[in-house]
Amino acid sequence: MTDTQNHEDATMSKTLYERIGGEAAVNAAVDIFYRKVLSDPRINRFFDNVDMEKQAAKQKAFLTMAFGGPHSYTGEDMRKGHAHLLKMGLDDSHFDAVVENLGATLQELSVPQELIAEVVAICETTRNDVLGR
Amino acid sequence: MYKLTIEEKVYACQADETVLDALLRGNVNISYACKKGTCHSCLVRSLDAVPPEAAQAGLKDTLKKRNHFLACLCHPEQDMAIKLPDQSEFYTEGTVVVNEMLNRNTLLLAVAFKDAFEFNAGQFVNLQRADGLTRSYSIANIPQESNTLEFHIRRLPGGKFSGWLHDEIRVGDSIAVSEPRGHCFYLPERHGQGILLVGTGTGLAPLAGILTDALAHGHSGPIYLFHGSREFEDLYRIDELCQLAQRHQNFHYIPCLSGKHVPAGFSHGRADEVALASLPDLKAWRVFLCGHPDMVKQMKKMAFLKGASMKDIYADAFLATPV
Repeated sequence: MTDTQNHEDATMSKTLYERIGGEAAVNAAVDIFYRKVLSDPRINRFFDNVDMEKQAAKQKAFLTMAFGGPHSYTGEDMRKGHAHLLKMGLDDSHFDAVVENLGATLQELSVPQELIAEVVAICETTRNDVLGR
Repeated sequence: MYKLTIEEKVYACQADETVLDALLRGNVNISYACKKGTCHSCLVRSLDAVPPEAAQAGLKDTLKKRNHFLACLCHPEQDMAIKLPDQSEFYTEGTVVVNEMLNRNTLLLAVAFKDAFEFNAGQFVNLQRADGLTRSYSIANIPQESNTLEFHIRRLPGGKFSGWLHDEIRVGDSIAVSEPRGHCFYLPERHGQGILLVGTGTGLAPLAGILTDALAHGHSGPIYLFHGSREFEDLYRIDELCQLAQRHQNFHYIPCLSGKHVPAGFSHGRADEVALASLPDLKAWRVFLCGHPDMVKQMKKMAFLKGASMKDIYADAFLATPV
């Protein structure tokens, strides 16, 4: 199990999570991001039957992880959490759409491009677990 | 080390332990899942101490106010008396003082108590018949000096409890009432904020309480109430709400009918659809939704997409218990 990775940039003394703005950044991003996801016709059917409040809490945990913050997601959690979506046809295109929405959210919040690239790189490390490969 | 008390039992919470870990070690049957504050499965309530701030991270303001907290995130700072969500409830006997019809199928029931009954307008209680049959109903008024609670009781086809209330209970009878529950209520803050209330059927009950509470606190932002049903005969309190709208410039009442026959002065369509068409931008609004579960679910999503923040959307979908 590849668990919490240390995303600290060797050349910087601060972690990505600190540079991006920590919990405040997560709070600023969560509503914008979730709104984009729910409005995206490519992926919103996966969210039709979820409890919105529970889902919002999960989105927060996801963003914290993607921003390199403290989390305890394991690859196994990722697999279990998305298994039912695979049955609904979840594939790479949907994963890409979520990452795209996250990137657009961060752009909207004027996060520098190089930090967005780091966030996207963290998301990429979960792709195979999310897609059950 | 701090003491955690649940009913009569005391559990020790060690310095490095969370409340959840201490209770699990004590074999307390408490629901939990993620142990990191995400899933909210271990939401409990403190009956005395104000919980540490960190243990309330991410909770709605109304839950925080009532000292709810997440056991998995709580490192106690003092002794605490804790209430688990599934713990048996405390009932108080009240006396029926009003029992009259609001429309062809909705009963207004007012129950008086000897002592003060503390609650926030918009919360719900469980009503219990002597044989133990229990149903949840929203409180429709704000705390009164007379210590009375009002309920709007719709007669459900074949409904055992609503049938009993409609057909048998009389003024002077006593009825058992639980402690108030739920987090769908008004907090007197951000007075200039827009408030949207959308309800169907007796979903008006909690909204009427919230509305009265907001006006009583001098809420100055716009307040819109959309109350819907299929037919005119199933709406109620129309005149009272119209008069209230005349007295308060910032309050707007829009009765909605989704059926064919729509008299002048009523909007045609479902309450949620009419509301969304009338208020295109809900950014920074507070939204309260009560009524049909499908309406609540759909409207929750739409209010969020129209800009309302998730933490400002309140709903207690009351579920009709199958007969």
